[in-house]
Amino acid sequence: MKQNFQNAIIATVLSFVLLSLTIGGLIQVEGIETTVVARPWYVVIGCTIVFIIQLFRDQLVFVFKGFGNVLKTLVRAEQIAEHAIQLKGSDRFNPLFYLTVLICLSVYPFIVSDKLWIGMFIDIYIYILLALGLNIVVGYAGLLNLGYIAFYAVGAYTYGILNHFYDFSFWLALPLSGMTAALAGIILGFPVLRLRGDYLAIVTLGFGQVLVILLRNLGSITGGPDGIGSIDRPTMFGIEFSRRAKEGGVPFHEFFGLEYNSIIKDFFFYFLALALVIFTIYVISRLVKMPIGRSWEALREDETACKSLGINSTSVKLSAFAISSFFAGLAGCFFAAKQRHISPESFEFIESVIVLAIVVMGGMGSTIGIILAAIFVAVLKDYSQDLQEYRMLIFSLILIVMMIWRPRGLFPATRPFIKLQNRQKSQECGC
Amino acid sequence: MLELRNVNSGYGSIQALHDISFTINQGEIVTLIGANGAGKSTTLMTLCGDISIISGQIVFENEDISSLKPHEIMRKGIAISPEGRRVFPKLTVEENLMLGAYFTPEQEAAEMFEKVLELFPRLKERISQQGGTLSGGEQQMLAIGRALMAKPKLLLLDEPSLGLAPLIINLIFEVLADIRDQGTTVFLVEQNAHKALALADRGYVLENGRIVKEGRGKDLSSDPAVKEAYLGGH
Ligand SMILES: Nc1ncnc2c1ncn2[C@@H]1O[C@H](COP(=O)(O)OP(=O)(O)O)[C@@H](O)[C@H]1O
Ligand SMILES: [Mg+2]
Repeated sequence: MKQNFQNAIIATVLSFVLLSLTIGGLIQVEGIETTVVARPWYVVIGCTIVFIIQLFRDQLVFVFKGFGNVLKTLVRAEQIAEHAIQLKGSDRFNPLFYLTVLICLSVYPFIVSDKLWIGMFIDIYIYILLALGLNIVVGYAGLLNLGYIAFYAVGAYTYGILNHFYDFSFWLALPLSGMTAALAGIILGFPVLRLRGDYLAIVTLGFGQVLVILLRNLGSITGGPDGIGSIDRPTMFGIEFSRRAKEGGVPFHEFFGLEYNSIIKDFFFYFLALALVIFTIYVISRLVKMPIGRSWEALREDETACKSLGINSTSVKLSAFAISSFFAGLAGCFFAAKQRHISPESFEFIESVIVLAIVVMGGMGSTIGIILAAIFVAVLKDYSQDLQEYRMLIFSLILIVMMIWRPRGLFPATRPFIKLQNRQKSQECGC
Repeated sequence: MLELRNVNSGYGSIQALHDISFTINQGEIVTLIGANGAGKSTTLMTLCGDISIISGQIVFENEDISSLKPHEIMRKGIAISPEGRRVFPKLTVEENLMLGAYFTPEQEAAEMFEKVLELFPRLKERISQQGGTLSGGEQQMLAIGRALMAKPKLLLLDEPSLGLAPLIINLIFEVLADIRDQGTTVFLVEQNAHKALALADRGYVLENGRIVKEGRGKDLSSDPAVKEAYLGGH
């Protein structure tokens, strides 16, 4: 205690000096005159906080650890529950659980029946799509990609441009956007094949920045800083959701004999996004159980060993880049269709950071974790809208705290195990 | 089965191997012994295409593989248990083994899986344990097992005895003899000359990147010069 008291005094004196210099005075410029307004209370409050924290350090650490232990117990319980499911032989797939979640998500828009609340979930779904895609490169293949949002932009602009200049419909552009983004992934993949870790992160970060600059400056194609506007909304089997349909068409409400209500359109987008998420989860869950998924993991673990097994690490890396970018492209196309207007602003670096934060928080490789983290981060992003640049600070802080405290994420991935013996058994039963 | 003809190779401008020539015949255990830094690992890496050769020729089953990429060579019926074992630490024993069978048809992979677990019953006990949590000896067994999963015609081993207790080394070397008896040719690179020469049908001695002696395993282990340099005198 005495030691703590001494430390607290020293820390407080240091803080006093630092705080006086930083927040103790406010420089005000009025015309040509510059005055310094003293703010002693700021310093006093700051020093008091430092003093108290230093004095009760041990206790605070204890509380913090206790909190961590509670969380650990919860996660452990979850793992045990999951293990129990596994033992019952249902292969980690609990249809009842997923059905319940699906039903809840399906009735949600009708219950809230509010544009804002539906819109928030649509945003969450987009983040889930992006995070699931990024997770392939970062979580499975272990390649840090800081420019991931560029592929989202490629998807969005593919639809924007194809629609603006060539009148492509959403449904035709959706797979094309995915493929263009995948191609962009391969193009980025080639030069960075030899890089790992920090170097790879820097190059991908640069790629993201370069793309935004290109979008800003290729005015004749991308519309420059203004972007591309009046992009067509998707139709459902040719039925439009606007008040009045294009010549020859019948809008949705007339087709079904309903009053026009713009929320119908939001319902449609909601279910479209949900469908994309389900599709993505399904495809990725299949992929990671296939040899290609195992080779991603093997690559993350030991590239040399991979080579010694005859696995071509070049094509493994490229496949991870391509497939992960494909999903970003899908998300981008959907985003363009929903916003109807895209501009470079939507694809800034902060978006890459947010998606990465979701992947890291969700526990690299864990789908459920990523979904929960996406919800958390999307809500946080919504509420921190007013903080502007400080948002970057918050997300960086989250990443740092996560790395120290739970480096494997809030919900560490339980990897799908490939069991040969089961396969054999089922073969035996089959005959 | 495999023949190296006057192979020169190295790292950048540093030449590490000089005029290496040797043959491995079907069904043999051939060993390459040499001190630390003699160029044993370099020989294996050159053979696997990880280092491109300066001059010379590598022929495997009447095919020149000198200019092929590692992943092409490793699919031709050659498998390796690399230096330092290199098991996948976070993957289970089973998953490690299955990655070895990446290019093996499912049916054959299932057979090999049973066979490997028969050869190394220890791995069976630890089947769902993570590779990184195994002991050194068990990791070596896993590395050999993983290589066998590819059903290789030729199995390469880089210092499997390194850092292991004598009892474990004996156990592993006994299995190597079994592997040979079951029809897989074995090329064993070792520093532990005593054990390697006792097991091998034929051996080569590597010094400073050059092959300085060759002969039958028994003959080499009774050769005075080899005794002096590698078997601690007497
Ligand atoms: N990556 C490398 N770059 C340059 N020189 C190397 C490299 N690896 C090994 N060497 C050199 O090549 C020679 C042979 O090494 P190595 O094949 O690893 O020997 P051994 O496996 O017999 O212990 C040594 O002189 C070593 O210093
Ligand atoms: Mg070596």
